Amino acid sequence: MRKFKDNFMLGLLWFSAFLTVAVLVVIVGYIFFKGFRLINFDFIFGDYSPVGHGGIWPMIITTIYTIVISLIIATPIGILAAVYLQEYAKQGRLVRVIRFATESLTGIPSIIYGLFGAVFFVTTLKLGMSIIAASLTLTIIVLPVIIRTTEEALKTVPLSYREGSLALGTTKLQTLYKVILPSAMPGILSGIILSMGRIVGESAAIFLTAGTVAAMPESIFSSARTLTVHSYLVTQESGDIELAAAVGIVLIVIILVLNLSATFISKKLNKADY
Amino acid sequence: MSATTLERNNKGTEKFSSNNEQQTTDAKIKVKNLDLFYGEKQALYQVSLDIKEKEVTALIGPSGCGKSTFLRTLNRMNDLIDGVKINGEIVIDNENIYNSSDVIKLRTRVGMVFQKPNLFPMSIFDNVAYGPRMQGIKNKKALNKIVEESLRGAAIWDEVKDRLKSSALGLSGGQQQRVCIARAIAMKPDVILMDEPTSALDPISTLKVEELIAQMKKDYTIVIVTHNMQQAARVSDKTAFFLNGEIIEYDETDHIFSMPKDQRTEDYVTGRFG
Repeated sequence: MRKFKDNFMLGLLWFSAFLTVAVLVVIVGYIFFKGFRLINFDFIFGDYSPVGHGGIWPMIITTIYTIVISLIIATPIGILAAVYLQEYAKQGRLVRVIRFATESLTGIPSIIYGLFGAVFFVTTLKLGMSIIAASLTLTIIVLPVIIRTTEEALKTVPLSYREGSLALGTTKLQTLYKVILPSAMPGILSGIILSMGRIVGESAAIFLTAGTVAAMPESIFSSARTLTVHSYLVTQESGDIELAAAVGIVLIVIILVLNLSATFISKKLNKADY
Repeated sequence: MSATTLERNNKGTEKFSSNNEQQTTDAKIKVKNLDLFYGEKQALYQVSLDIKEKEVTALIGPSGCGKSTFLRTLNRMNDLIDGVKINGEIVIDNENIYNSSDVIKLRTRVGMVFQKPNLFPMSIFDNVAYGPRMQGIKNKKALNKIVEESLRGAAIWDEVKDRLKSSALGLSGGQQQRVCIARAIAMKPDVILMDEPTSALDPISTLKVEELIAQMKKDYTIVIVTHNMQQAARVSDKTAFFLNGEIIEYDETDHIFSMPKDQRTEDYVTGRFG
């Protein structure tokens, strides 16, 4: 009987694991199967045209713009905020309130951020529907993610490192730079990867702040269309599932490349510091 | 509250006057009537003792008796803990270390070795050079010299000289602890504090560290906390017995172990409790 129970539990565990992988494989497989026929050089690197399936190069560029701009703004602010909260702030009510706020921010649906961005960045700051307005909105979306993961990463740095460093007559800042931040780096990087995923995958907030112009953006103040928004619009407007799936493949590849390169960088960094 | 404080004070003053007899002019560290509180909870009561230069002083006592807490007041590591309050004075080289605000300078003069080896995730060389580098020494030759001298001083040079550039975390626990000692020596301190330095080591590594302490005595004033009474008997010149935050007895190590004056000391060193 016990043997049976054991086997039954094992089967259940195995089945759950199998199901998870199976869902992933089915989704990726379905998208790939649906869209792969459209993937060719012209589709990826060509300019958009409303007839046929059109190129998606402008959308790829727009997506990269939003990633780079949002991260350039969000990463330093997020890391500095986390360092302040974790290392410098007196752990009292104010810090608890700030933590609660950042945690709540991560739970807010992105459409709400989109509405805020549309009112504040697009209208009040007069940025118009533009890449910059979308990037600023995305910055607000990923900031809590970066702060949380950086804080967690800083927490995992053993107290013994801090003590060891401070006992050698170093200042708090030296300890932070030379010992704490390097040890926390892998965790911080994974937060940044997570944020990249969030940015690439965002559609509602971008739709409301960057607009839907399907042309190569002239500058970051132009309105433009990211891959996800494009994917949404072609499904919505023309019901072209094949095209949406092809865009999906490109999105998956971009995320894969970003993740792999981030892992690679993190490994490189670790090696440099042991 | 005030009544008990008064009582404690009386006791402490008494103890201090009795200690006064053995007070010598060449005391490196003079502690007078030291009280320490963690928030509301008092951890040290009227601790007074003088530590002579270039001697090994052992602090013994059962867990939670305040010996580690006391040790960490000597380089102000307790400053890292929120809510620690200190009364009384600690004078090192005629300077009250709690009056001067330069805790950084204090810690360059008073090094520390911790319970568990706490090398940074860097190479052996970088670990030992860490302190001097943070003091602004950049010259490669000078650093090489300091690292070699320190590793020799910690009796580990021969074991690691061919792998200075490899990760310090690849060494055995005993080797790591001796590199920790080298890292402390690299700052050229006068005083080295050791907080149960062998509690995480095997007997052979323990023996090596004990031999090292005996050698280091000629150059440094050493204060060592230990759980191991045989160790205290082997390595130290003076021994202080702590119980419930007070010094019960402080004398030549031989006296403490062969003819303790206080019954509680005798009970402890003969293994009747603790």
